[in-house]
Amino acid sequence: MQVTLWGTRGSLATPGPEMARYGGNTSCVGVLGREGTVLVLDAGTGIRPLAATIPESLRRVDILLTHLHMDHIQGLGFFAPLYRADIEVHIWGPGSATLRLQARLMRYLSPPLFPVNLSELPCKLIFHDISSRELDIGEFHVCSALVCHPGPTLGYRIAAPEGGILTYLPDHEPALGALRFPSLPREWTSGGALAADADLLIHDGQYSATEYPGHCGWGHSSLNQTLDFGTLTEVKQLVPFHHDPDHTDTDLDRLIAQAIDQTKPGYQVTPGIEGTIFEL
Amino acid sequence: MSSPKPIQLILARQLASSLATPILIVDTDGTLIFYNEPAEVILDQRFDETGEMPADVWSARFALADEAHTPIAQEDRPMMMALSERKPYSRTVWMQCGHREWLNVNITAFPLIGEERQFLGAQMIFWEI
Repeated sequence: MQVTLWGTRGSLATPGPEMARYGGNTSCVGVLGREGTVLVLDAGTGIRPLAATIPESLRRVDILLTHLHMDHIQGLGFFAPLYRADIEVHIWGPGSATLRLQARLMRYLSPPLFPVNLSELPCKLIFHDISSRELDIGEFHVCSALVCHPGPTLGYRIAAPEGGILTYLPDHEPALGALRFPSLPREWTSGGALAADADLLIHDGQYSATEYPGHCGWGHSSLNQTLDFGTLTEVKQLVPFHHDPDHTDTDLDRLIAQAIDQTKPGYQVTPGIEGTIFEL
Repeated sequence: MSSPKPIQLILARQLASSLATPILIVDTDGTLIFYNEPAEVILDQRFDETGEMPADVWSARFALADEAHTPIAQEDRPMMMALSERKPYSRTVWMQCGHREWLNVNITAFPLIGEERQFLGAQMIFWEI
């Protein structure tokens, strides 16, 4: 499979010359299968440029939402295939204890927050409420599981028939409440089973180690925790993702290098830079 | 290695680890999958040493009797009631750990229900009166 990072910023879209290299678009990752299946992981502002690459011949696209915080859905209304009558758009994501996924999304995709109602869209729009389960989408086998982040939030593990495994945990605080992290085995760690032995793990690394204590419980990880999580789950490659909007390119270079130096991961760490393409 | 745990059980364990009241967490079969440090006094062994325990093993580690000191059958104990009935269950009982003196405690057990009404297990707390 081919994995493309279209938006790697967390919390808020952050344009500007100091952010140009890592990018300012919020969470969105494209996954293209060898048989042509297209998955879109989250619908942050990075989904708009992704949409421009979708061929007119494609008749189905699947958007897998981890959760419905604004930085993960803000681009949805600007996803060009929604305005095509000849395509099915499947949206997968978590409902809540009281509302289904469609109703939760309509809170944003309706006036006054957005000018177009979901019911007015010409595409064939299909919603799938999911929590922890396994499913097949095109050629991919997908496992989802609830993970530690405020509100219902999913992580995804995507396996290609040729063998590559991608794990996507963009908003994740597995260290929440732990006296030491990591101290428990991975079956007792949020996201542990999803990330186990993944070829590529895309994981929340919003804060530096010194910033994290001031943001404990906000649902994100420090870069050190992220790299330790990668060691615990024995991944082959890790991409720190969901960068804090206050971190410039220079900051991120320094903070990631510092975290690598302090945690000494035994696997490859590739900074989450917009436009990066991985072949698994 | 035990099976991967759902996030609700992971968070329940994290919370129990940071509380001073004895707490037991079981899965849907009644297997004791975690107990916190205050509960180690009741089970007379550290969780790090026992690991997970089947229902018949952990429930034999302490005796329960009703207010009249009549022993309570396994199936009528609060945790088993919470598991079988899938409802909260609270009861004041006499409890004896090993050969120590009987203690008057309140035991509250409640089922853990996740997304889509998924039954995940149950949790029990002890409160000395």
